[in-house]
Order: sequence, then structure tokens, then C-alpha cells
Amino acid sequence: MQSNAALEYDYSLSKKFTFLTILFGFLGMLVGTIIAAQMAFPELNYLLGEYGTFSRLRPIHTNTVVFGFTVSGIFATWYYIGQRVLKVSMAESKFLMFIGNLMFWLYFVGALLATISLLFGVSSSKEYAQYEWPFDLVVVVVWVLWGVSVMGLIGIRREKALYISVWYYLACFLGIAMLYLFNNMAIPTYFATEGLGNILHSVSMYSGTNDALVQWWYGHNAVAFGFTVPIVGMIYYFLPKESGQAIYSYKLSLLSFWGLMFVYLWAGSHHLLWSTVPDWMQTMGSAFSVVLILPSWGSAINMLLTMKGEWNQLTDNPLIKFMVLASTFYMLSTIEGPIQAIRSVNAIAHFTDWIPGHVHDGVLGWVVFMIMAAIFHMAPRMFRREIYSKKLMEAQFWLQTIAVVLYFTSMWIAGITQGMMWRAVDEYGNLMYSFIDTVTVLHPYYAIRALSGVMYLVGFLMFAYNIYKTMTSGRQLSEEPQFRTPMA
Amino acid sequence: MDMDLRNLQGYASFAMSIFLVVMLYWYIIHLYRSEKKGERDYEKYGKIALDDEVTSTPVEDKPASEREYKEENK
Ligand code: HEM
Repeated sequence: MQSNAALEYDYSLSKKFTFLTILFGFLGMLVGTIIAAQMAFPELNYLLGEYGTFSRLRPIHTNTVVFGFTVSGIFATWYYIGQRVLKVSMAESKFLMFIGNLMFWLYFVGALLATISLLFGVSSSKEYAQYEWPFDLVVVVVWVLWGVSVMGLIGIRREKALYISVWYYLACFLGIAMLYLFNNMAIPTYFATEGLGNILHSVSMYSGTNDALVQWWYGHNAVAFGFTVPIVGMIYYFLPKESGQAIYSYKLSLLSFWGLMFVYLWAGSHHLLWSTVPDWMQTMGSAFSVVLILPSWGSAINMLLTMKGEWNQLTDNPLIKFMVLASTFYMLSTIEGPIQAIRSVNAIAHFTDWIPGHVHDGVLGWVVFMIMAAIFHMAPRMFRREIYSKKLMEAQFWLQTIAVVLYFTSMWIAGITQGMMWRAVDEYGNLMYSFIDTVTVLHPYYAIRALSGVMYLVGFLMFAYNIYKTMTSGRQLSEEPQFRTPMA
Repeated sequence: MDMDLRNLQGYASFAMSIFLVVMLYWYIIHLYRSEKKGERDYEKYGKIALDDEVTSTPVEDKPASEREYKEENK
């Protein structure tokens, strides 16, 4: 099997998706920062007519960071990790290369057009599922092509055992496929109204409480299979590889995998506490959310223990810092979520800023940190060059860490203040505050969040610059580094 | 106790949860037992990430006959 002396991994697809990750990351976070600023300074809503309003931009933010940035990151890392742990090069199959490239272009053009469509207000108005049905079809084709890539590579592998990361990517593929199809079932209003409606505009096939249930089964599991499962897959590869330490307990990784699969799918109804869905479903959502701490912390602790005896690496390798911080934030948000899912806490937390606070300690601290760390690790291998600047990386790390802390602390205070004010009653049972009272009180926290957005975005630009310089002028490497990523 | 469909769904979900919990615990036992009996060594798979050159020896080799493509340019 070692006869192919010239055989090398083919990183061309990883590179392409890395570029998209950076592009969509920048766009999505730019829009995130703009909408954060709009909440603090509402005049900013009126700069670009209808195209610049919060309501147009918010879905652009969410869809671009989820389906643009994160999904590109998943693809970029799959085409890297997949080859390496299966010990087979993409270059060995013309067919898989073709499928990969086809998928790349379809995805790139589709994602750009979909974003533009949201800007023009073409939306099916379901959260994280706003794309209208023609785009849904493109998504399905891209996803199937990705599935062919994944299964195809597995089919021609040399390594018989599937490394744990591969399981996670497989689960991501299957999970999203199932969720996306079921939640996006829709009929163009043209067909539902005997020609009065619009062919492009569709309504969901579900209605009322059923629609809410399907929507949050989807919404929550999109977090599971988009923001958790593939990111865990990444850290299970990159942290051991970067540190030179095998996973602390492979058995624990298997167990957490099945635990996560089993528990996550039932937790979605915590988004619907105190609503019209059956009581037992709400209770189930709460209970499973609390149980979810176990498999989540199982993976996170497994990662931290992987560093056992090697903690000195934390101080001298900024990449390890990124990944350890990422798993720490993963632990924070997976303890915070279950707390919010307890009925009585949810009565205060629901509809408040604490929720976006929770979302962003997860995505900014965990998802983005891990994806950036992955790209930092892959870059010297893909471009055969040393990382351009370690100093810049350190500076970026601290700037963004402070930004995340500012984001979630300001939203914790804002959210709990809001929740308490909404429900405060005087001795006669009258509400003590009107809505605008809460808005006035929250202004400073919104301003802090906008500032944290600017800081995080600047950090992301430092990252993009560092990668760009690595590509173009990093010191050339004569051979691929084995473990620790070389940096100047 | 009225047994309409909603209630039935509730009980079915409860029963399934219990079943899956049992499966999960069984899985833990299975993992440890098969290692103890020497049938499997799960921890060796951790090496797949560390020794991952295309020329590295696989931790578990997939025989060429099982590979679904022809080995070219030998
Ligand atoms: C510079 C960084 C970012 C800033 C300033 C930012 C800001 C915001 C703001 C202001 C909202 C709307 C909150 C509301 O309606 O009250 C939001 C929502 C959201 N953002 Fe971000 N964001 C950033 C990055 C990200 C990233 C990287 C992701 C995912 C990878 C993400 C995922 C989401 C999601 C899922 C929501 C919807 C939350 C909900 O419905 O509760 N954001 N973001």
C-alpha cells in the first residue's frame, strides 16, 4: 500500500472552502455588528431605505453565519480531515474531485444568490429557514453531492476503522438532511390559492402548534447538527493532532457521541415552554435539555483531559489556546442552555436578550474559535508555509476573547433586567413598566454589545489578514509539519 | 384516566426513553467488557489522528480486495 511514493493529499477543495469560510464569516459578522449597532442606535435603520432595516438584515446575518460561514468551515475541514484519517487522497478519484468541485460552485453561487434574495425580502419567514423553495432545492442538491463525497471517500479508504471525527461528520450529514427536508416542506402560495398567490412565495405545509413543533425540532437540532456535532468532530481531530496527544479516552468519545445523538433530538421543545404544545412535550424538552449536559461535557472534558500533563503547550502555542478556550466556551453554553430550559427560569429568559447572549457565547466562543483554529492549523499544510505572525494571532485571541465576554455579559444583564421588568407588578397587580421603559434601561447594554461586535469583527479581520499573509509571504516549509503548527 | 392519542404519545415517548437509556448503559458495559476480555482495543483508534500521512500504516488495514477502486500507477 505504501507503493505510491508520489501520492499526496489534495487540499484544493479545502482551500476553496477556506476562502468561502473567511468571506462569509466577514460578511455575516459585519451584518451582525450592524444590527447590533441598530439596536443601540435606531437611526441606523434608515441609511439604505428598506434594504438597511433591522428586519431585512437580521435573517441575512443568521443565514450567512450559519449556512455561509459555518457550513463552509464544515466542508473545508471535512475535505482535510476526511482524507487524512481515512488515509486516502482525493487525487485518487477523479469522480470525487469532480463532485467536490461541482458542489463547491453550486454552493458558492447558490449561497450568494440566496443572500441577495433575502436582501430583497424574498423570505418564507421561518427562522433559519427563510430561503424560499428554489434555494431549498439547491441546498438539497449541494447536500446530496456532499453526501456522495463523504460516502465516496469512505468507500475508497485505506484505514478500515472510522475515526471518531468521521462519525461526527456523518451525523452532521444525516441530521441536517433529515431536518432540512422536513422543516422546509412548503407549497407556493400560487398553488394554494387558485392562482392568486405567488409562485416564488411559499407557505409551510404545517400550521399552528404543529408548525411550531416542527420548526423548533428543526431550529434546535440545527444547533445540534450544525453548531455542535461537526465542531466536536473538528476538535477531536485538530486538538490531538496539534498537541501530539491522542484523545484522552476514545471510549468516552464513542459514548458521548451516542449520548448526544440520543438526547439532542428530544430537547427542541424547550423553545416552546409555556406555549400551546402538550405539557408532556414541554416537560420532556426540559428534562432532556438537562440530561444533555452529560454528553456535552463528556466531549469537552475529554478534550481538556487530552491536554493532561501538556498544559505548558497552552502558554506557548496560541493555537492550543484557541482550542482550549473553544471547549471551555462549549462547556459554558451547554450548562447555560439547560439552565434556560428549566421552566421557571425560562419564564424569565424567554424572549429576552439573554437568549442571543446564550447563542453568541456558543457561536463566538466555540464555533468561530474552533473554525479559526482549524484554518490556522490547516494553512501551513495547505500552503506549505509558516503562519505569518504569532504575535498577531495572540493579539487577535485576546481581542476576541474580551469581545465575547463583553457580548454575553451585557446580554445577561440586559436579558434578566428585561425579564424582571416585564413581569414586575405593583401591589394591585398592575404592570409596573411599559415596554419602552425597558428599552431605555437597556440602551447602555446594547451599546456595549455593538462595541463587542466591532472588536470581534476587527479580530476576524486580523485572522483573515494573517491567513492571507501566510499564503502569500509566509516562510516556505520544505515539508509538512507533523504536529505543532509552525509560526513566525 | 383518559387514553387519547396525545396521552398515548406521551407514554410511548417515556417508554422509548427508558429503552434508549438502557441501551446506552448497555453500550458502556459493552465497551469496557470487550476491552477487558481482550476482544477489542478502542484506545488504539486515537492514533488515527496522530499518524495520518497517506503513506502511514493504517491502524486497521482495509484489505486491497475490499477497496472499491483499482490501485493505479503502482
Ligand atoms: C461580530 C459578531 C456578531 C455580532 C455582533 C452578532 C450580533 C447579532 C445580533 C445583534 C443578533 C440579533 C439579536 C436579536 O434579535 O435580539 C444576532 C442573532 C443571531 N446570531 Fe449573531 N452576531 C455575531 C456573530 C454570529 C455568529 C458567528 C453566529 C453563528 C455562527 C451568529 C449566530 C446568530 C444566531 C443564530 C442569531 C439568532 C439568535 C436568536 O434568534 O435568538 N452570530 N446576532
